[in-house]
Amino acid sequence: MPSRVTSPAGLAALLLLLAVLIALPLLIGERPFELRMATVILLFAIMGQGWNVLGGYAGQVSIGHGLYFGLGAYTAVLLAVRLDLSPWIGLLAGTLFPAFCAVLVGIPCFRLRGHYFVIATLVVAESVFQIFTVWEWVGSAVGIEMPVKSEGWANFQFHRDKTPYYYIALAMLVLVTAGKWWLHRSRLGFILRAIRDEEEAVRSLGFSPQFYKSVAMAISGGILGAAGVFHAQYVLFVDPFSVLGLHISVLVALFAIMGGVGTLAGPILGAAILVPMSEYSRVYLSGSGRNVDLLIYGALIMLIAVYRPDGLMGLWQRVNPFRRQSVPVRKG
Amino acid sequence: MSEQLIIQLIVSGLGMGFIFALIAIGLTLIYGVMNVVNFAHGEFLMLGMYASYLAYATWGADPLVTLPFVAAAMFLFGLMVYYLLIRKVLTGSMQSQIFATFGLMVFLQALAQFFMGADYFAVQNSYLSGVITLGGVILPVPQVAALVGSSLATLVLYGLVFRTGVGRQLRAASQDAQAASTLGINASGMYALAWGIGSACVGVAASLLSNFYYVFPRVGAIFVLLAYVAVALGGFGSIHGALVAGLLIGLLQVASGFFISSELKFVPVYMLYLIVVLLRPRGLFGKM
Repeated sequence: MPSRVTSPAGLAALLLLLAVLIALPLLIGERPFELRMATVILLFAIMGQGWNVLGGYAGQVSIGHGLYFGLGAYTAVLLAVRLDLSPWIGLLAGTLFPAFCAVLVGIPCFRLRGHYFVIATLVVAESVFQIFTVWEWVGSAVGIEMPVKSEGWANFQFHRDKTPYYYIALAMLVLVTAGKWWLHRSRLGFILRAIRDEEEAVRSLGFSPQFYKSVAMAISGGILGAAGVFHAQYVLFVDPFSVLGLHISVLVALFAIMGGVGTLAGPILGAAILVPMSEYSRVYLSGSGRNVDLLIYGALIMLIAVYRPDGLMGLWQRVNPFRRQSVPVRKG
Repeated sequence: MSEQLIIQLIVSGLGMGFIFALIAIGLTLIYGVMNVVNFAHGEFLMLGMYASYLAYATWGADPLVTLPFVAAAMFLFGLMVYYLLIRKVLTGSMQSQIFATFGLMVFLQALAQFFMGADYFAVQNSYLSGVITLGGVILPVPQVAALVGSSLATLVLYGLVFRTGVGRQLRAASQDAQAASTLGINASGMYALAWGIGSACVGVAASLLSNFYYVFPRVGAIFVLLAYVAVALGGFGSIHGALVAGLLIGLLQVASGFFISSELKFVPVYMLYLIVVLLRPRGLFGKM
């Protein structure tokens, strides 16, 4: 894939997008619903980027990535509750610990291929979820609240005006995306994509797929963990269902894949389109409690699968006037 | 630890095990023939359970009586899903197939909630309620019926797949679709048949399950998660594997629910999966 982002037009579009994102709270600052939605989009975009390092680049599809999100959130809350540490230390620990756990999970799971790997990631995440629902020290099924402190950057808590959360999430997304951009062009990125396309060939060239997959897993788990810490600071509460539930793993994978697997902007696009779709249809259509929103959501997903199988990025590449060449869709 | 208790646990475990096995065989059949994992499989189960419940609530028709009709209706539903949705993504990438069935899952769940609400419904006082006592062992009838019914259904299915001409064609398409079509086997017809049979299996499981389990829009997820594990544990595409793994899982989850805790009853099942695939990366019966 050529580095489309570095073309002058691409760069200009990127800077424009960034400017709009920075100015966004000024436009919607008085509307908490929209601000919250924008923050959630950023959060899911970060998670999608993290998932994509492993799923899109290394080609290891995980539907257990909610685990690292949850571990990050729990790490942040437990450090604050038990040790009264600064949330920024929590952010660091909540990134490193899930990354470490991801590597541990990867050691056995990377021996498996295809669907066997997918199911393995699922059962590991589900096991941890069930253990957390009965483990008293982590609050069991009831969950734990983050101690409420005075608002400000030192405490990573903002109570009246939630705009700082938006900027923190934006900064995290920019950082992660920049990292992904570097990865895309780096030696590591090439090796990961080579593993995705032909693992045996990579092995025969003398690179250890297991090692590089572990690196991808660590990066991926760390990003999800950081997103989890942000979530914990934002809602000030964790319980097994809201941060370790299977739906998180599924949504993250869904957004990233729907945006476009293995692309830089895919997860951002996926989150930017799918989060509002679900939020607005929920607000406007589910007043009756009849779930019309999910009805439409499900139908749309099926339509996209049938008519735009290469994801939303494929749609963009088709209408993008600056495109240099089309990216071949990998048939699975 | 009395003998009665052990027998009760085994009956209950095998009853659930055969139900998991039926669901898993349907999944693995579809996977084996066309390499598609049906993420909406649990929702097929949910539809079957609603059908069974509604027939009971509206006409007073017992789930046992409506079982063949539910199975037949689910067979047609499976064909419909294949022709309206799956055939359109057959040539697409794996992700589009995942999305098609994932979207169907979300859609069917929402559809159930739209018409039935999120309430829990149960069939009460069916033919198969109460308990029977056999030599001092007290057994709940619905679970005995689940055991008998789903083992019979599995037997019929085995006969169909391994003893008939159509079954042979199905297995041929499953082993190598291209080679099968050069031999004059209609591959698309086999795909449709796999969806039909897979859904009918779920219909049987749903009817038996509706005797002792509540139905609600998300009921499918509970069973299908274990069915996925059963399919993988047995080896993707292997019918024997799905059966053995389904039974193993049924017994193990009942035992661990009793001896460890009911909240953690699936954790040993998940651990079993990890241990087995680490030793045999393609499951118990998967093609090496």
